[in-house]
Amino acid sequence: MSGAQGSDLNRNPPRPGRLDHAEGASVPLHSRVREAQPRGAVINGDQPINQAEAAERFMAAPEHERMHDARLWDLRQKRDRQMHGITEWEDLRRLASEIKEHALTHLDHYLEQFETNARANGIHVHWAQDADEHNAIILSLLRDHGVKRLIKSKSMLTEECGFRDFMAESGVEVVETDLGERIQQLDDEAPSHVVVPAVHKLRSDVADVFARTLGTDPNDDDVHYLTEQQREKTRPLILDAQAGLTGANFVVAETGTFVVCTNEGNADLSANTPPLQIASIGIEKVIPRLEDLPVFVRLLSRSALGSPITQYTSHFRGPRRGGELHVVLVDNGRSERLGMEQFWTSLKCIRCGACMNTCPVFRRSGGLSYGATYAGPIGLIIDPTFNRHRYSSLPFSSTLNGSCTNVCPVKINIHEQIAGWRRVLAETHELPLMKKAMMREAGHLLSHPALYRAAIATADSALKHLPRFMVYNRLNTWGHGREVPAPPRETFHQWYAANRASGQGEPS
Amino acid sequence: MRIGLFVPCYIDAFHPEVGIATLQLLERFGLDVEYPRNQTCCGQPMTNTGCHAESAATEALFVRNFTGYDYVVAPSGSCVHHVRCDMDAVEQTDDVRQVRARTYELVEFLHDILKVDAFPWAEFPHRVSLHNNCNALRGLNHASMSELREPAFSKPADLLARVRGLEFVHIQRPDECCGFGGTFSVFEKGVSEKMGYDKVRDHSSAGAAYVVSADSSCMMHQQGCAQRLDMPLKFIHIAQILNGARA
Amino acid sequence: MSSREDILARVRAHKPALARPLPQVPYFDPPPGTDLTAVFRASFVQMGGTLPDCGAADPLDVVRGIVAAVPVSCSQVPEVRGNRALGADTLPASLADVDIGVVRASFGVAETGSVCLTEVDLLVNTLGYLPQHLIVLLDPARIVSNLHRAYQRPEWRTMHYAVLQSGPSATADIEGVLVHGAQGVRSLRLFFVPDRAG
Repeated sequence: MSGAQGSDLNRNPPRPGRLDHAEGASVPLHSRVREAQPRGAVINGDQPINQAEAAERFMAAPEHERMHDARLWDLRQKRDRQMHGITEWEDLRRLASEIKEHALTHLDHYLEQFETNARANGIHVHWAQDADEHNAIILSLLRDHGVKRLIKSKSMLTEECGFRDFMAESGVEVVETDLGERIQQLDDEAPSHVVVPAVHKLRSDVADVFARTLGTDPNDDDVHYLTEQQREKTRPLILDAQAGLTGANFVVAETGTFVVCTNEGNADLSANTPPLQIASIGIEKVIPRLEDLPVFVRLLSRSALGSPITQYTSHFRGPRRGGELHVVLVDNGRSERLGMEQFWTSLKCIRCGACMNTCPVFRRSGGLSYGATYAGPIGLIIDPTFNRHRYSSLPFSSTLNGSCTNVCPVKINIHEQIAGWRRVLAETHELPLMKKAMMREAGHLLSHPALYRAAIATADSALKHLPRFMVYNRLNTWGHGREVPAPPRETFHQWYAANRASGQGEPS
Repeated sequence: MRIGLFVPCYIDAFHPEVGIATLQLLERFGLDVEYPRNQTCCGQPMTNTGCHAESAATEALFVRNFTGYDYVVAPSGSCVHHVRCDMDAVEQTDDVRQVRARTYELVEFLHDILKVDAFPWAEFPHRVSLHNNCNALRGLNHASMSELREPAFSKPADLLARVRGLEFVHIQRPDECCGFGGTFSVFEKGVSEKMGYDKVRDHSSAGAAYVVSADSSCMMHQQGCAQRLDMPLKFIHIAQILNGARA
Repeated sequence: MSSREDILARVRAHKPALARPLPQVPYFDPPPGTDLTAVFRASFVQMGGTLPDCGAADPLDVVRGIVAAVPVSCSQVPEVRGNRALGADTLPASLADVDIGVVRASFGVAETGSVCLTEVDLLVNTLGYLPQHLIVLLDPARIVSNLHRAYQRPEWRTMHYAVLQSGPSATADIEGVLVHGAQGVRSLRLFFVPDRAG
């Protein structure tokens, strides 16, 4: 719009300088150099993902690594500031965890309650066991309505289901309406983060993608320009799409409502513009009552982006006048996970991404290094439930530092579950044989004091042996980017024998 | 009070001075401290990798060595965290449960059990940056955690505040893991090294001359990173400062 | 219906047999005497909304002046007339060329600076999204303290569609640079106008 005249009050709000509120970065971030974008993990059938290899390539692009780390650390800092502004923060986390655990232990009841209420409100409810059935149900709906183009907002569930690829093969054009997700779609790349899908890209990467796919100026990487171009190019596609698809953040059983949280308003556009509205919803999203909802809405965006609330928190309880609304409730492994004694509470996850933002490994690796739908700490404990062998290496991409558990708004003991997965993988023969053999050798040596003392009798031999079994280490690995500790004159054991000699004998 | 001194394997082999300082410090308080000579390790390297079965014999040996002491004290939050919170590969007999419950990390033993309020012999006239091992911080509650809304406290800082001349500097990301992570430091050496470089740069730009920690494992990693970057940063265990080391 | 039965059967078989009672959720009310309008104003601005200072002028006159200055306006409040008619059967996509939409919010939330817009407030839901700019009228008497109080409102149990809108459309998906108007409205302006009907 242009040409508004009159007094100051009659003008549109002036374009402000750098905006630092809501989901924006609280400190100025600006990539300084152009640099080829590192790509994600190499997928080789069901072979275990080599996350470490992909992480090395990410760090070999230092500008990408620096910006990625800075942006996500800033989100963590903003989250902390929001936390300090809410006296009852820890009460909210406890309530959120209790409500979710209650809902999950009564999941059949609340799913049926939701279905009954949603149907009474005029919503068509479908059930899908897995990705294939989810995709087939939606394709059938689209064919019944003669849909050629579907607009959609971001949904990790549809990523799980390989939805875009399936629709492309089926001749339906899918247009992502979230900016980050649209960037990833145009670049034919998966989202790298559940909340900020293109956070691993620099502005110059986006300029390249848009120049290639939308015909924008390849030399203009101004963020306002790029965002505006995307708005202008996407809007006509939204206006004449025949169907809109969203995910859902929460489902309220008591009222038959589903809730979608976005900052761009793109879910509302997707849902409210075309005549046919569809929502893909994981069965774990259900909560019992309306009064439970504020607990989660208060925590979600604060944890995710350090913003008090998403710009749009949208509630759908029935079809709009003259429209049609379908909900697809999807299992895709969730009911099996519910039966895993150590891991069922991972179903409490509300996909805020706080664990990714705080994870020092994630920040330096990029989300695509995990080669899975879900990256970062939550991914390490969910991905093996989809494919234990392919994702068998992921639980080792963690230092077990525990920060993820502390930021989790629903109190999932993420780092303990990561350790739990290591044990399960070791016990089900999913560790590399070499790693397992080294651990067996270490366990033998460390449980036989005389052998152990002989192995590290001199400083030199300690250097040869000790790091190796202590951390499954060969010195060339340790010494790649770190200096090796200087060998001391004597071990503590030897010093003690010389200085505090008592009646005790040497190791037996 | 009979104390069993547990000196973790890497301290035994690479940093005997930390074990010595721990022993001497405990002896200053008139405690009867013994070092069981058959000790090796707590079993953490194996369980850290998921290999609990391979850890069971080592854990059993640990319990045999330390049964009967009033307290078991070790200058390592990471190892103590394993013993107290994760040592479940071995069958949980009464002895095992007792040893696990009585095992303390040095800082918490001084702070919570002995309630030491003075180290008259200690003076450390340097600018120091405190590094909390993640297991000590988030597993043993050495200090308040930046992720939680809780009152601020720090047991190691409380103790160090009683050392003459010591001056704290504060880094940008105090709770950020340094990247050691046990077996992680070699399985994922690239990320481990990068985290270590970022950590020592944080210490350095805060103006620290020394990094002090209750864990030698993190410091071994950070020291290796600092040396590789040619930083003049020095590393010292909290036991050494509290025992009167001047440099 | 077999997938439905299969899923529910697996859920019943696998759900942990643990006692996990549903907790009572407190209201977490602010201290008595809290100025909800002041809190709302601060939150609204934090979320990127604009609160034009009307001085001594009647806010409705100010809104009318803004609306009169643009080529296409669409108002869903009786106090302000736009030049694009809106009816229950208006095609949602047809609002794409509207410069400014004007609506009245059902209520506001002080904690988050949110306004609740329902299908009744909007008449055609895209009125909240497709115009370039949105002006919202809010009765200051209809501000609740926080989200716990907000979800006690009756709208959630009667409306098929309702949104808590907090500031304009926004994105920071590229290098954390915040941009307003990613897909929805580029600006959100709010005027406090008591509801004559209410």
